[in-house]
Formats: sequence, C-alpha cells, structure tokens
Amino acid sequence: MPSQLVRDNLRTNKLPHIWCAGCSNGIAMRAISQAIENLGFDKKKVCIVSGIGCSSRTSGYMNYNTLHTTHGRAIAFATGVKLANPNLKVMVVTGDGDCSAIGGNHLIHAARRNIDITTIVFNNNIYGMTGGQFSPTTPMENYGTTAPYGNMEKPFDICNLAAAAGATYVARGTTYHVNPLVKLLEKAMIKKGFALVDVMSTCPTYYGRKNKKGTPAKMLKYFKDNTIDTKRVEKLSKEQLENKIIIGEFKNTDELEFTDKYLELIKGWEG
Amino acid sequence: MSAGKKLLITEDWCKGCGICVEFCPTNVLEIKNGIVTVVDIDKCIKCGLCELRCPDYAIYLEEIENES
Ligand SMILES: Cc1ncc(C[n+]2csc(CCOP(=O)(O)OP(=O)(O)O)c2C)c(N)n1
Ligand code: SF4
Ligand code: SF4
Ligand code: SF4
Repeated sequence: MPSQLVRDNLRTNKLPHIWCAGCSNGIAMRAISQAIENLGFDKKKVCIVSGIGCSSRTSGYMNYNTLHTTHGRAIAFATGVKLANPNLKVMVVTGDGDCSAIGGNHLIHAARRNIDITTIVFNNNIYGMTGGQFSPTTPMENYGTTAPYGNMEKPFDICNLAAAAGATYVARGTTYHVNPLVKLLEKAMIKKGFALVDVMSTCPTYYGRKNKKGTPAKMLKYFKDNTIDTKRVEKLSKEQLENKIIIGEFKNTDELEFTDKYLELIKGWEG
Repeated sequence: MSAGKKLLITEDWCKGCGICVEFCPTNVLEIKNGIVTVVDIDKCIKCGLCELRCPDYAIYLEEIENES
C-alpha cells in the first residue's frame, strides 16, 4: 500500500507508472499532488489537462477530473474547459516539446489572454516519448537523436517567453528542489490568471544517455549545483551566470482575468 | 516527532533507480537484485528524503500510532 498522499491523489490501480527507472516525472507529479493537498482544493473541482508525451501521461495517473488530449493542444482544450465551467481549477501538465514547439502558439496566446489556467511544464530538454529528438529547450551543442553533431539552435527560456507574452505568474523549479517546487506550484495554482511553472525534470533514458549525464541521482544533483535563484541574479556577472539554470519566481502580477471578463460580458444573456 | 514514523517499501513498484540510495543521508539503503533494500534500519533518521525523491512512490514514511 502506498503513502496516504499517493492514495488520496493518484489512481493507484494505474501504478506503477509507465515512466522509466529514474525519470523524474514521478517526482514532479508527486509535487503537484502535494501542492493540491496543501491548498485543500476540492478535488472534484480540479481538472488536469495534458497533451501527448511522457510528461502528458500524468493525466492518466492523477485522481481528479482529467483530460488527455492531442499533442500541443492541451492549453487549447483547457481554455474550452475553463470557459465552459469557470468554477473548475484547470491545470495543464505538458512537456517542453508539447508546450513550446507544437503548442507554442497556444501557450503565448493563453498567456496574452491571461486566462485562469495553471500550466506546469515538465521540462526535460528533449522529446522523451518519441526517442530523444532535440526540443526548443535543448541547450546549444547538446546531443539528441536529431542533433548527432550537437544542437545548433538557441533554446527558448519558457519562463521569459511566458512572462513576455503576458502570463501573470511565472516561476521555475526543479525536481531536485522538491519542497520549494511545491511552494511555487501552490502560488501558481492560487493565481487568478495565466500561471506557468517550468519544472526542470530529468530524462535519463534519452537526454541523459545522449549527453553522458550519468545516473538518475547524478542528473538531479546537477540541478543542486547549477541553479541560481532569481533573487541572486542581479548580483552576479554574466560569466557567473553562464550555463546556470535560474530558479524561483520570474513574475507575479495581478491583472484582469479573461474568464471573469467573459462572464461579465455575457451576464443576463442566457434565457 | 519522528519516532512515530515507520519506513515502508512497496517492492513491486521499485524500479531500482538508486535515487533514494544516493540521497539517504545515513546510508540506510542499497540496491540488491535490482530493487531497494534496507541494510541498516537503525541508522534511519526518518528524514523523508527518500520519499520526497522516489519517482515511483515505492518508499515512504507512514505515521504509526501507539508505538511501544
Ligand atoms: C500532431 C503530432 N505530432 C507529433 C507527434 C509525435 N510526438 C509524440 S510525443 C512528442 C514529443 C514529446 O516531447 P515532450 O512534449 O517534450 O514530452 P516528453 O515526452 O519529453 O515528456 C512527439 C513529437 C504526435 N503524437 N502528434
Ligand atoms: S523516455 Fe525519458 S521522459 Fe520518457 S519516461 Fe523515459 S526517462 Fe522519462
Ligand atoms: S527516511 Fe531518511 S534516513 Fe531514513 S531511509 Fe529515508 S532518506 Fe534514509
Ligand atoms: S528511489 Fe524509489 S524506485 Fe528508485 S530505487 Fe529507491 S525505492 Fe526504488
């Protein structure tokens, strides 16, 4: 029998999950459950929407309302769910590919609209499910099955992208810093508006193997040794920040939210 | 506080990734025959770091009542 947290939030009859040994998606999924538990949300009002990818399998395991959709379109489906049922706490769980490659347009426009959706990206810097192709967040010169000579492209910083597009809460955590991650997720979940948490996760099977990153534990320790909090960034030089992952809060503002504006508009229209 | 907690393992769910072994501060755990094994429970300080980072929910602390 698993822990109380797992029993109360996950579909235990679907476990153990499909993810590879040492894949940190499981750590991220546990952190989401912990945040939901801590906030005391009515679980009947939580809806998890995902696209396609290893990360997107999350919707199959979480024991709330769940919707497993098509690649890159989770945010579009979530927009429909939220507008049809504004009382739901709608969250998207997505991969770096799902969210910033094929789904990049949905991401920026949902952020621009500031619709009340919490988007949680499991960012493993690779397309895991399809065998290790490079994604928009693969660092330059890293290897993937489609980058046998090293990735030539400059990556997206999903946090800066979402913040610039108009998201009202943006943060980054890692699957090493689990307790701080839970706190960031909680803040994103209670934000009335478009919130995004970029969760650095590990894919030992493809990203790790292709880039000789070592054991699953070593990949997590990399986050411990190579992250800098947003609060410290200003004090450091460009050299000191090179190849570092910035974690913590990127943006936290309050603006009019789309669903509220829409409900105001249609007030009195029905019947 | 932590005296009322017990370390539990769901062997069927363990994939032997070694994360708990690496992060346990007191070397309580080892991988044997591909899955986690407790080698010295007396050293366990019930810190919960194994539970926090086990991606498969195969190791965890549970509160126990009326511990003698
Ligand atoms: C329309 C469409 N195009 C391509 C695919 C193939 N496909 C499935 S998952 C995936 C990428 C997965 O990468 P990511 O979103 O980063 O998730 P991960 O598996 O790494 O968690 C691709 C390209 C698909 N299923 N549907
Ligand atoms: S392929 Fe990578 S991302 Fe997918 S389950 Fe395996 S380790 Fe995780
Ligand atoms: S609770 Fe702490 S000390 Fe005990 S096995 Fe887990 S990590 Fe080790
Ligand atoms: S972290 Fe979990 S899955 Fe990995 S070896 Fe330990 S108990 Fe097994």
